[in-house]
Amino acid sequence: MKHLLSAADLSRSEIDSILDLAEEMADVQRRPIKKLPTLRGRTVVNLFFEDSTRTRSSFEIAGKWLSADVINVSAKGSSVSKGESLRDTVQVIDAMGVDGMVIRHSASGAPAQAAGWIRGSVVNAGDGTHEHPTQALLDALSMRRHFRSLRGGFDEDWSGKTVAITGDLTHSRVVRSNVLLLRTLGAKVVLVAPPTLLPSGVTTWPAEVSTDFDAVLGEVDVAMMLRVQRERMSGGYFPTPREYTIGYGLTTDRLAKLRPDAAILHPGPVNRGLEMAADAADAGASRILDQVAAGVAVRMSVLYHVLGGADDKETNA
Amino acid sequence: MTELLITGARLIGGDAGDLLIRDGVFVDPASAGSDVERIDADGLIALPGLVDTHCHLREPGREDAETIESGTRAAARGGYTAVLAMANVNPVTDTAEAVEHMKAVAAETASAAVHPVGAVTKGLAGEELAELGLMARAGVRLFSDDGKCVHDSLVMRRALEYVRAFDGVIAQHAQDPRLAGAGACCHEGEISGRLGLGGWPAVAESVIVARDVQLAEMTGSRYHVCHVSTAESIDVIRWAKARGINVTAEVTPHHLLLTTSAVEGYDPTFKVNPPLRPDEHVEALREALADGTIECVGTDHAPHAAHDKDHAFSDAAFGMLGLEASLAVVMDTMVAEGRLDWAGVAERMAYAPARIAGLTDQGRPLEVGEPANLVLVDPERRRTVDRAASLSKSRNNPYHGRDLPDPVRLTLWAGRTTFRDL
Ligand SMILES: [Zn+2]
Repeated sequence: MKHLLSAADLSRSEIDSILDLAEEMADVQRRPIKKLPTLRGRTVVNLFFEDSTRTRSSFEIAGKWLSADVINVSAKGSSVSKGESLRDTVQVIDAMGVDGMVIRHSASGAPAQAAGWIRGSVVNAGDGTHEHPTQALLDALSMRRHFRSLRGGFDEDWSGKTVAITGDLTHSRVVRSNVLLLRTLGAKVVLVAPPTLLPSGVTTWPAEVSTDFDAVLGEVDVAMMLRVQRERMSGGYFPTPREYTIGYGLTTDRLAKLRPDAAILHPGPVNRGLEMAADAADAGASRILDQVAAGVAVRMSVLYHVLGGADDKETNA
Repeated sequence: MTELLITGARLIGGDAGDLLIRDGVFVDPASAGSDVERIDADGLIALPGLVDTHCHLREPGREDAETIESGTRAAARGGYTAVLAMANVNPVTDTAEAVEHMKAVAAETASAAVHPVGAVTKGLAGEELAELGLMARAGVRLFSDDGKCVHDSLVMRRALEYVRAFDGVIAQHAQDPRLAGAGACCHEGEISGRLGLGGWPAVAESVIVARDVQLAEMTGSRYHVCHVSTAESIDVIRWAKARGINVTAEVTPHHLLLTTSAVEGYDPTFKVNPPLRPDEHVEALREALADGTIECVGTDHAPHAAHDKDHAFSDAAFGMLGLEASLAVVMDTMVAEGRLDWAGVAERMAYAPARIAGLTDQGRPLEVGEPANLVLVDPERRRTVDRAASLSKSRNNPYHGRDLPDPVRLTLWAGRTTFRDL
């Protein structure tokens, strides 16, 4: 795997391979000395055109535990405002001989464009309102762990599982990657939002679409809540936070209507009281903190697959 | 004075004939002198020099992207003998002095007639009318804030009313700035939703066109829709014409050929305003150009330096080159499809644009006594477009790598050879 730009790039076997290796990496996380020599001598640049402490730290820790040299470059505001083009920025870094770039950008498609301009590998760490494939992978890892923890376990057959993704779907990169990844895994996805926050063309996505959260609550195995930016209010996407919460929030009432073994996910940070009630975030079925932990393991696995696994790949092929 | 005799060219109307040019004018071929320069045009089609209602020459202000000299060389390469140069340069063409300046530069350097378009509002700000009357005295007939929409209904009303005094035309870049706001960079639909690109809904164009044709009816003024891109706009224009409203429209070559799917790889070359639309709109545009609902082709030639395009898609500049490939695209999308014959091409690319822009010495038939504006067209020759071969200073060529006709063999502007490839 040269790049990870979109969840659509991943086959079922690649997803399983990433998640399986992530579980091994998670064991490293639990060791007193969290260091593997796997990527020694490799250099990874975290090129962040947009702030995200959470994602950047997660990639940084992942790289360092694999012994890669990790350099953080904050390019925020540097490209258009300084007159330097995105192409210049990535080509200059590429010319220094780095092996991979982890790119976060406020514009959709920027990592895909970069991949066409450079020799090294690119991992998409979130691009605009497009995708966030490592988030979808860590969500899948959290879901898989949850299903395995249930009585009866999990036979890796996702086709019986239903995931409801609720919130600001239009502006969410998490939802696009999750829909693509969950389709490949075979799970059923239900997308829930007010009509103003449904992406154009959503009816062509491999998912069901609903504007009625209560109608789908009882059948879901996973309730994935998305962050709702309060700024969306001024954009007229919904009248008031109160109305949003009553219609689409994971309120205490709705929590009670969820199946008892349903997992609750949220990519964080949670607006408590808006998209979910505080007790929902902290409920027994909440996997939100596990998502954060899974993030490092998944990113270790992705970095290994992109930067370290090339030789294995060829012999396996 | 030298004479040029073109022999055997196929003229519109069918037959082959000879054309003699003396002192920049067509004269009787029988009067050719013995030392006349001859061009054998056997197998070629003679069309009036093409007229572009809409291009961006970037001078003054962004001479790194294009100049009047380079832009009109590209125009001549594309068979054009006159272009309307949009006002969104720096400084904006919103005064008679700016108009005169552009004309003076053109007189020194241009390979085609350059007619400055005047801004509708000062600084293209959409608030106060620019000095429309003074610009009209300097020869301007077409006014546009192109690049921006005149979105204030009252300003639009006043502009339409005001230019009636001198038979001016308001050419609108129809884009509701709220429906297609700051982030809009891709036709709103399945592709924009999937790629996460800001949606520019089709209706953002047609609501403005609908408002404007009603204002044009009320004021009795001439209104021109720039770069029509949607089926709904065409419906509105048809309705307006049926009511006798004085509305004309243009379509760009890229909207006739390319579709939204071109942006799948996030290549900023394909970022254009209005955006590329899906098939059903492209089909409606071709149909409307064929039946005359859309009178003419305007290239919206929009050169950009690489450092303005090599950004993330949503950050990159809008626009693509158009002058050199315009006729080629019309041939493949309209002539080859049987939707336009060569007389139709002359009408849509020379006669109608000249009429709309109020030009009297362009878009004229190839007849004795008329100015010698001419393009010789090879209907068979094709090429693979290479952006490096462009005469424009910029390389944002959406046809790079595509097989297209390569028709232009000779362009004459007022008898002067501005492009020759035979
Ligand atoms: Zn325009």
